[in-house]
Amino acid sequence: MHELTYAQAINEGIREEMRRNQKIMVLGEDVGKYGGVFGVTRGLFDEFGGERVRDCPLNEAAIVSFAIGLAIQGRPAIAELEFMDFTTFAMDPITNQAPKLRYFWGGQVSVPLTVRTPIAAGLGFGTQHSQSLEAWLIHVPGLKVAMPSNAYDAKGLIKSAIRDPNPVVFAESIGLYATKGQIPDEDYTIPFGKAEIKRKGDDVTLVALGLLVPKALKAAEELAGRGVDVEVIDPRTVAPLDIETIIASVKKTGRLVIAHVASKTGGIGAEIAQQVVERAFDSLDGPPVRVAAPDVPIAASAQLESAIIPDVADIVKACLSFRNARA
Amino acid sequence: MTLSDEQQIEALRRMWQIRFFEEAAIRLYGEGRYRGSTHPYIAQEATALGVCATLRPTDQVLATYRGHGAAIAKGADPRGMMAELLGKATGMCKGKGGSMHMSQTDVGFLGCNAIVAGHIPIAGGVALAQKLDDTGAVTAVFFGDGASCEGVFYETLNMATLWKLPLLFVVENNEYAISTHVSESISVPNISMRAQGFGLPGVTVDGRDFYAVYDAAGEAVARARRGDGPTLLEAKTVRWGRHSAVAAGPAGANIDKWKLTDPIPRFKQELLQRGVVSEAQISDIERDAKATIDDAVAFAIESPYPELSELQTDMYA
Ligand SMILES: Cc1ncc(C[n+]2csc(CCOP(=O)(O)OP(=O)(O)O)c2C)c(N)n1
Repeated sequence: MHELTYAQAINEGIREEMRRNQKIMVLGEDVGKYGGVFGVTRGLFDEFGGERVRDCPLNEAAIVSFAIGLAIQGRPAIAELEFMDFTTFAMDPITNQAPKLRYFWGGQVSVPLTVRTPIAAGLGFGTQHSQSLEAWLIHVPGLKVAMPSNAYDAKGLIKSAIRDPNPVVFAESIGLYATKGQIPDEDYTIPFGKAEIKRKGDDVTLVALGLLVPKALKAAEELAGRGVDVEVIDPRTVAPLDIETIIASVKKTGRLVIAHVASKTGGIGAEIAQQVVERAFDSLDGPPVRVAAPDVPIAASAQLESAIIPDVADIVKACLSFRNARA
Repeated sequence: MTLSDEQQIEALRRMWQIRFFEEAAIRLYGEGRYRGSTHPYIAQEATALGVCATLRPTDQVLATYRGHGAAIAKGADPRGMMAELLGKATGMCKGKGGSMHMSQTDVGFLGCNAIVAGHIPIAGGVALAQKLDDTGAVTAVFFGDGASCEGVFYETLNMATLWKLPLLFVVENNEYAISTHVSESISVPNISMRAQGFGLPGVTVDGRDFYAVYDAAGEAVARARRGDGPTLLEAKTVRWGRHSAVAAGPAGANIDKWKLTDPIPRFKQELLQRGVVSEAQISDIERDAKATIDDAVAFAIESPYPELSELQTDMYA
């Protein structure tokens, strides 16, 4: 075992995969000598050189599209977009090209593409650098979306993403980059579509994504002190989504809370709630509850932003909101 | 590079195949045999052939929804294409692509793409892979005058020149983007002038002149193979018909102009003058091309539709 931060764990995952497979490429803005605006690709340029770790001009659409061109030529490509908000400039390759080429060409190519992009929610960057746009992406058939919540998962998931012969958007949380975790010394991966039950509980099923997983665990601890036993589930990937684990939990608890940083309307919370309603309605004691950002642009002021980004107290409140809650 | 007689004869054969393919596509659309639309390559045949005659089987071509010509020029199978057009299981993409997404990767045809200009930066990535593979292979990417207004075109011009990629940009200026004439959308008289701002060679040729296209493309491809980087080649032509089988737009507005410059009779004339073929041979080649397309149509019509189970296949590798 060794200790790494979430950012270092991603770095180590990429590094190991690039050693395993000489064809893997990294493209992005400032990813080379500089090591990435958040240092996630630090040292890769020195080890693998500028041919494989390529600093690109400022053009997100071309970066992702070039990565697709490499991928369909048998070179798995990792494209970095500096903030998730900038996926907008690359939405054509991310939504119209990468997840569809294989299908509309009848299986003639595969697209081993990983688009790494961080979410900066809660850090005061203002609304064009703080959005969580994963719900846009799960709406596109053919696209996989990972949202790691800790260092261990981040490494295992980035390795799976890189090995996956299909396009993946890897949504990192900048707020978690400095969090530390124990990393095994041997090679491991974490499969997509397999949720982790982070804490067992009988009273409420609490599904949390990315940045909110550590907050959900804190909320669960607090609630335990008040006699409410919360089961915390981290889906780890939202496409594919491990709905089975969530449904099994709801069948036990009868109550569902979904917590994410993204704004509420049309968020992944809505999708999870609806799938549970469709398949486990009779097990529910009441309507599923969403903890999410209100539907406003993310304001920069610390005062305003802290009212937007869901916190431990919001999660606690949601878990206590059920009419027949035991606490 | 010099062309053998066989290559020139094959170019004529494929020009006719394209023309007959597109005429059949329009007819079959009128008969209600497929839905959506189709974007004929008629009057642009000499460009696809002039470019592809400079390429090797291991080179790659990417094209637009108006890409049936590039497909045939690169060696795609007309049967698979026609069946794809009709949405049949025997189509090159199993009926999932249709008119605007045909591809045949085993002949180096990396497809038609229906997002205007979306394929241009993908072609850049393909060319980057070729450069890293260091096999001397090149990529040619076809697109229209309208596409040359999209931002990704400029992003790719910059990156491809910066990285000296083995890429040939072929902008087919047929004067119209649906209803918009180039005079209303493009700030320079020749699209090849765009190259000046990016530091790559830009050349304009008559896209209806097979030999002019061949010579310019040959130079560009040789340059790319040497590792000297991309070229922007503008092939001027005239769109004689509508934008597509369904879209409005100046239908036949250019037809008189076009008939005078139809690339096929022109190429035929040159072949005769150069003594490459005789009149009798020409008739045989035309008949042969017609037979190929008639066979493709019959094959496509007789082929079954895909099973519904195909809906879920080819989603993931
Ligand atoms: C991104 C995008 N915008 C608009 C369209 C609709 N559209 C399809 S073809 C076309 C005109 C393109 O003209 P040009 O690039 O000159 O090519 P041509 O059709 O003449 O071959 C338009 C606007 C599209 N398919 N994709």
